[in-house]
Amino acid sequence: MVKSFGEFLLFIQSMLTRKERLRVLWNRTMDECVTIGINSIFIVSIVSAFIGAVTCVQIAYNLTNPLIPKSTIGYMVREMTILELAPTITSIVLAGKVGSSIAGGLGTMRITEQVSALEVMGINSASYLVLPRILASMLMFPLLVIVAMALSIVGGYLAGSLTGAVSAQEYIEGIRTDFIPYNILFALIKSVVFAFLVSAISSFKGYFTEGGALEVGNASTTAVNNSIIAILVADFALAALLL
Amino acid sequence: MIEVHNVQKSFNGNQVLKGITCTFETGKCNLLLGGSGTGKSVLLQCIVGLMQPDLGSITFDGTMFTNNKVQIRQEIRRKIGMLFQGSALFDSMTVYENVEFPLKMLTPEMSREERRDRVEFCLKRVGLENAGTKMPSEISGGMKKRVGIARAIAPNCTYLFCDEPNSGLDPLTSIKIDELIHEITHEYGITTVVVTHDMNSVIEIGDHIIFLYKGQKLWDGNKDEILNAQVPELKEFIFSSSLVRAAKKVDDETEGGLAAATTDEAINI
Ligand SMILES: Nc1ncnc2c1ncn2[C@@H]1O[C@H](COP(=O)(O)OP(=O)(O)OP(=O)(O)O)[C@@H](O)[C@H]1O
Ligand SMILES: [Mg+2]
Repeated sequence: MVKSFGEFLLFIQSMLTRKERLRVLWNRTMDECVTIGINSIFIVSIVSAFIGAVTCVQIAYNLTNPLIPKSTIGYMVREMTILELAPTITSIVLAGKVGSSIAGGLGTMRITEQVSALEVMGINSASYLVLPRILASMLMFPLLVIVAMALSIVGGYLAGSLTGAVSAQEYIEGIRTDFIPYNILFALIKSVVFAFLVSAISSFKGYFTEGGALEVGNASTTAVNNSIIAILVADFALAALLL
Repeated sequence: MIEVHNVQKSFNGNQVLKGITCTFETGKCNLLLGGSGTGKSVLLQCIVGLMQPDLGSITFDGTMFTNNKVQIRQEIRRKIGMLFQGSALFDSMTVYENVEFPLKMLTPEMSREERRDRVEFCLKRVGLENAGTKMPSEISGGMKKRVGIARAIAPNCTYLFCDEPNSGLDPLTSIKIDELIHEITHEYGITTVVVTHDMNSVIEIGDHIIFLYKGQKLWDGNKDEILNAQVPELKEFIFSSSLVRAAKKVDDETEGGLAAATTDEAINI
């Protein structure tokens, strides 16, 4: 455990020394952004819209006291999704999608000697392959989280109106009560941290794959497992530190 | 010329290379010959710097490679082209982009047109001028090796390393790949190192042969000397191939060219 953490730090360091030219890094990062963003937007949208909808319906179900105004439902949906559900659930979904594809891709490149081929050409394979993936994740996760926040609020709105749990007017009134802009910043900080953890852990697992196709599969699975655990631990740590 | 001096390498106490000293000559096909598990690939990886030898030194044309400054190692690495056992083509890129890749990365001063000319020249040289738009998954094993060779020679390499260029290929394709490597070596005066355990290659292209056995160099010489070598392990290795036995018989009976006889038989298979 301690040993692999040390190896992880060395890996991050090797990635930052002997970097490629800036233009190469930029092009590679943009390529990865397109892959990560486009491939994930569908699943992130679906998940966040439903989470907003379910949160709204369940809060309405629990809110039986007639003294509490219905607009509280909108308020609570906003608080829960922005602070916790959008950044964390989105990152967990992305850990499954982006993490496994990073680990699988790098693992395959390793066992088919494509990584060695880069090294023989005198290219720092860690910085060429891994750094753009990490940067792209740190750029795309926050954007996807913003999409998720918006869609979960919309999801709650639709669910509330369709089931009649809360009227559109009350819901919107709730959404606009006591808004704290810092919460959005906090959620975005979280998503950047989660992005780093997911991409770095998955790259580490994939980059050091040894063996054959079976090991590539294992590397993907462990990458996703470890990323999710790291997200949850970091979520708690950040909440304790920054709130 | 590449000089390898007393290179040793062990993995978890299992000594794979037991002090190998040899030279690979400029403008020649240098063959590393030996059975499975004798450490040929490990030696090759030590030479190109993918592995660090425990002991010993490697110099490229007089410049020390092992334990030298990163910049100097980098300079040498940029002159190295390598063909991997499984070709190791980048599977997210087309054939054309694969060959273009080292040019893009290593010679940024080259213009797009110059690059295109060079890629087209290299693809033509290996006989694949029409395959540029294909993906690596769409071409055969022999074609992949050709693309691998084109990618290795694209940045005008001074040293070419090939790990078992004809494993998994049919005899005729093998011979063609061997001939391609041989021609390129002589055409451009490259120092070529070919790892092989194929006696056909030895007789076709063995300008200088180094025989490894259990992590040691037992013999070196050229293809005309190898059949008369007096090392028992080497004899056993050579004459385990019935093709070579047959060729030797023809040779003894007719005093004719041995290489010719072997090639003919190989083609008749
Ligand atoms: N990374 C490694 N870790 C541990 N042992 C290794 C490693 N690489 C090679 N070996 C060991 O070194 C020995 C020589 O392996 P090597 O791959 O050099 O053989 P080879 O001569 O290339 O054989 P082949 O012709 O089958 O490719 C083998 O016994 C192998 O188990
Ligand atoms: Mg080998």
